[in-house]
Amino acid sequence: MARKVTGRHVAISTLAAWLAGFVIFFPILWMVLASFKTELEAFATPPSFLFFHWTTENYATVQERSDYLHHALNSLIVAGGSTLIAMLIAIPAAWSMAFSPTKRTKDILLWMLSTKMMPPVGVLVPIYLIYKNMGLLDTRTGLVFILCLGNLPIVIWMLFTYFKEIPKDILEAARMDGATIGRELIYVLTPMAIPGLASTLLLNLILAWNEAFWTLNLSTLNAAPLTTFIASYSSPEGLFWARLSAASTLAIAPILIIGWFSQKQLVRGLTFGAVK
Amino acid sequence: MATRQTQLLARALLSPAVILLFIWMIVPLALTVYFSTLHYSLLDPGSESFVGLENFEYFLTDPAFLASLQNTLVLVGSVLLLTIGLGIPLALLLDQPVIGRNIIRLMVIAPFFVMPTVSALVWKNLLMHPVSGLFAWIATSLGMTPIDWFTDAPLLAVIFIVAWQWLPFATLILLTALQSLDEEQKEAAEMDGAGPLSRFIYLTVPHLARPITVVILIETIFLLTVFAEIFVTTGGGPGLQTTNIAFLVYSQALIQFDVGTASAGGLVAVVIANIVAFFLVRIVGRNLEA
Amino acid sequence: MGRITLEGVQKSFGPVHIIKGADLDIPDGAFVVFVGPSGCGKTTLLRLIAGLEDVSGGRILIDGHNVVDVPPAKRGLSMVFQSYALYPHMSVRGNIAFGLKMAGLPKAEINQKVEAAAATLNLTPYLDRKPRELSGGQRQRVAIGRAIVREPKAFLFDEPLSNLDAALRVQMRLEVTRLQKQLGTTAIYVTHDQVEAMTMADKIVVLNAGRIEQYGSPIELYQKPANLFVAGFIGSPKMNFITGPEAAQRGATTIGVRPEHIAVVDDGGEGWSGKVLIAEHLGSDTFLYVDAGALGTLTVRCVGEKRLGAGDAVTLRPEPGRIYRFDNNGLAIFA
Repeated sequence: MARKVTGRHVAISTLAAWLAGFVIFFPILWMVLASFKTELEAFATPPSFLFFHWTTENYATVQERSDYLHHALNSLIVAGGSTLIAMLIAIPAAWSMAFSPTKRTKDILLWMLSTKMMPPVGVLVPIYLIYKNMGLLDTRTGLVFILCLGNLPIVIWMLFTYFKEIPKDILEAARMDGATIGRELIYVLTPMAIPGLASTLLLNLILAWNEAFWTLNLSTLNAAPLTTFIASYSSPEGLFWARLSAASTLAIAPILIIGWFSQKQLVRGLTFGAVK
Repeated sequence: MATRQTQLLARALLSPAVILLFIWMIVPLALTVYFSTLHYSLLDPGSESFVGLENFEYFLTDPAFLASLQNTLVLVGSVLLLTIGLGIPLALLLDQPVIGRNIIRLMVIAPFFVMPTVSALVWKNLLMHPVSGLFAWIATSLGMTPIDWFTDAPLLAVIFIVAWQWLPFATLILLTALQSLDEEQKEAAEMDGAGPLSRFIYLTVPHLARPITVVILIETIFLLTVFAEIFVTTGGGPGLQTTNIAFLVYSQALIQFDVGTASAGGLVAVVIANIVAFFLVRIVGRNLEA
Repeated sequence: MGRITLEGVQKSFGPVHIIKGADLDIPDGAFVVFVGPSGCGKTTLLRLIAGLEDVSGGRILIDGHNVVDVPPAKRGLSMVFQSYALYPHMSVRGNIAFGLKMAGLPKAEINQKVEAAAATLNLTPYLDRKPRELSGGQRQRVAIGRAIVREPKAFLFDEPLSNLDAALRVQMRLEVTRLQKQLGTTAIYVTHDQVEAMTMADKIVVLNAGRIEQYGSPIELYQKPANLFVAGFIGSPKMNFITGPEAAQRGATTIGVRPEHIAVVDDGGEGWSGKVLIAEHLGSDTFLYVDAGALGTLTVRCVGEKRLGAGDAVTLRPEPGRIYRFDNNGLAIFA
């Protein structure tokens, strides 16, 4: 473990790594800065980096002119709702496959994974028409439903890999201790699975929050989450850079924070356990 | 835990998920297949008629298809090259003893959490705008002519945006893999007289082969369906220059309202994705044995 | 009471027969050890008794009641797992109390019983710690505490000491035996370590390839092994087996002599001559590995320090009454 490292080596790597990190992070930083500029300054050449007139008026404008909170609430409901429902369906399924595997468990898991690989455009037309006929277009229910199904395979997979790590012995011990299956779930499995459940929840919240195929195609205004709302800046409003930046900053801030907390689990979740 | 009682319960708990996913997979796909054989336009309701494979013929021979197929392949290929080509050195760098590594990690991973519509618009306007964008200012300051990205090199611009979003993913996975490389193995190689270069070639590269494969496959699955970035920046244009298959199917369905052709195109996209998925499922499946 | 009877118990996983018909009667209060090489089915047999696996055939009786359809929770048994299987999110107190809580005992009674069990096992100072803050030996004690506190009809131990270091293992071996005698509760103990089996058991069940090879007290197994397998498995170092004319001369296909029943003699009398290959000097004993020509390599255990080394020629003489004879089916011939 204690490998000898020279000071020069550390200095050079540190410098290079900070530089790389800064370059990669820069667009986000630049956007956050722009959100505190006036429209004129945001548009100015040469650009001003720090010494501009800091203002928060864009944040107020975004809310006043376009009801930002309405869309944020949509995002929250759609991302949160779809994730919660997916968890409710996935927990029993993953529990069952992790602790009572059969010969077909592996095939079922791979089949579930393969449904995630179906490109959404492949089913865009029927989904759009079904939604249209059922009056689900531009409704939060419709979005919750589709995002829930879309992320269900990932949720099941993540939970499965976490449950797999809980030693079977412990559940058997509970059984020997006289716990019924229900009590085994409540007193033993759930507390042990909480870290796994939490990271699954967070990762899927991120995925659902940022989902931008179904939300763009199936919502316009009433149910529009932040993805769709931001997309509306692509046309004329796109000229209002400071306002775009303020709206964007607000839209990504919560997810950036959640994301940073769950980055370790991210790799595992997104590679379906193939890289840990 | 192999008692009959628990097995029965297990099956009961698994079935809702299986049934839902089965419906989710089968019903829309079956409808897509069905629509793809119809002449079916939303602009001309009531005129649906069976046309066999005509839609496929129309979609596959449409010059737009070839153009979008090419764009799709160029987009996927370039983003893979960029993310892996930059991701490996970046991961190696972050695997070094670096002061403040956790903060750098956060900065590097951040773009992945930015919703596609935001990253696309921020890049398009704040960075790539031909007059007021930061890149234009840098170019001018260096005495060069600024590039009008979305007119002169629209596909390249989209590639850069998407690569920026996926670079964190590649880096993070490769870094995780690097950190799982056994330290004792490295020390054994050092004792065997291997220098840094041969350690890299004989230990690190083989160790990274698997995560790189995983990155390629997973990114490909997502990159084949890139949509929002195109939707908010170029709308597929100018002309067909940034139309990929996903966007082409979308425009046929929801802009031209030609359900039949769009369905045929959707099935083509499914076939392409399945080819990739086939390999991914095999790799992940092999991992399941352990 | 805790009398456990197996009648023709079978277990197969698909086409693989793990247990091929086991009959066994374990009297109340006995300490019975299942011993055998890995894969012999001893753990499976224990799990069948526990109810963690379903039998494929046969009956399991606890105090005369057939329990094959009774879930593990209702069989009134408790189990100590190889990995200890402590609940990581509960304190030591919570771990020991869990079974009682599931049984719905009043709080005061639970507390009193947990305190008593903890006192027996010297765990009182650790009651409020989490398992991860304990040493291996302490975790082992918690697992045992969890088992005894419920006052079960029988304890089931699944290789409970295999994760401990050698010194601790010897100590825990004594503690477990002492505790079982003190409580007088039936115990079934699975191990692959024949020293554990010999030292702890009232009766040993030797299992091999899903069959019970022999069931008897340690001394019975040592003195009268029923067949080649038991003869070779019980005793350390392993019994020497000799085939060919030397065996035929005694009316057997194979004869066996334990290393401790071979003497090194220099009185010029009858004996097997050979050359020492390796001599292991342990102080109290000396183990000689002797190349005895056509008889093969023989292990000899001599008491005390022997001044013999590699290359020395020796004459070996087996103790006359201690030569075991086996027929061509590997079964012991008792004359």
